[in-house]
Amino acid sequence: MIAEILISALLVMAGIFGLVGSFGLLKLPDLMTRLHAPTKATTVGVGGVLIASMAYFLIFEGKLSWHELLITLFLLLTAPITANFIAKAHIHREMTARDLPVTGTERDWATLMPSDEPVQPVMNRVDEPPRQVSDH
Amino acid sequence: MTMFLRRLFPHPYLTLLLFVVWMLLVNQFKIGSLLMALILAIAIPLLTAPYWPDRPRLRSLPAIVGYVLIVLYDIVKSNFIVAGIVLFKKNEDLRPAWFTVPLDLKTPEAITVLAGTITLTPGTLTADMSGDGHVLLIHCLHAPDPDSVRDEIKSRYEARLKRIFE
Repeated sequence: MIAEILISALLVMAGIFGLVGSFGLLKLPDLMTRLHAPTKATTVGVGGVLIASMAYFLIFEGKLSWHELLITLFLLLTAPITANFIAKAHIHREMTARDLPVTGTERDWATLMPSDEPVQPVMNRVDEPPRQVSDH
Repeated sequence: MTMFLRRLFPHPYLTLLLFVVWMLLVNQFKIGSLLMALILAIAIPLLTAPYWPDRPRLRSLPAIVGYVLIVLYDIVKSNFIVAGIVLFKKNEDLRPAWFTVPLDLKTPEAITVLAGTITLTPGTLTADMSGDGHVLLIHCLHAPDPDSVRDEIKSRYEARLKRIFE
């Protein structure tokens, strides 16, 4: 009984967070601020459902299910990458160097750099000459 | 012998991770899936090794566990903060801001982890990196004071990552 209430509470909370995330997409003023809502407010939404699912299988079916941990892992891996790609596409299409703060180094932001100038990789860990990245 | 082992397991952590992930995917313990997990865990790092020539050296396991716990806590916290901003703040009161974080980290893997962490934690989002890899471009949903956010990123996440990776 207590378990049922707990699981239902988790599901409801998760639903509310998912709703808030989607509402944020509608309400916030522009693309960059809109990106914040789905990358964050939904993590707890999905997380709540996953914890509820694990608890359900553990209590009522008597077995521990590991899939939920994997979903969490994949979600945490993919959410930042999606957000980063959307942000980069937005910068590439809609913004110029004047809209952004200056880098303070010799090079401009990677997305704004003209394509005939290869982006230098950071990796010079070992004593090897810096690798040249070929231009696509 | 060690040479041979290094050739066979170019990325031991990746091998371990692939093995565990495959076993979790199968979700039950069988000899067949154990064998399959072993084959994949050995073959995939071997096949992808040319694209990932040198591996990061991870320093201390407690530091990694501590970092994961802190980030998980911050993710939950950031969910509540962002939900609060979405629900209770008028759009006119929002102070979205761009700001830059100069990096002390050098390893690409560490910078990737930092960028991902910034995106998942309170109100900040990694948008881009400078062409030479020394500065990150961050967008903040509501930042009346970007400097304090920058300081928190540097002290809370970057310092810990530096201890883990470098």
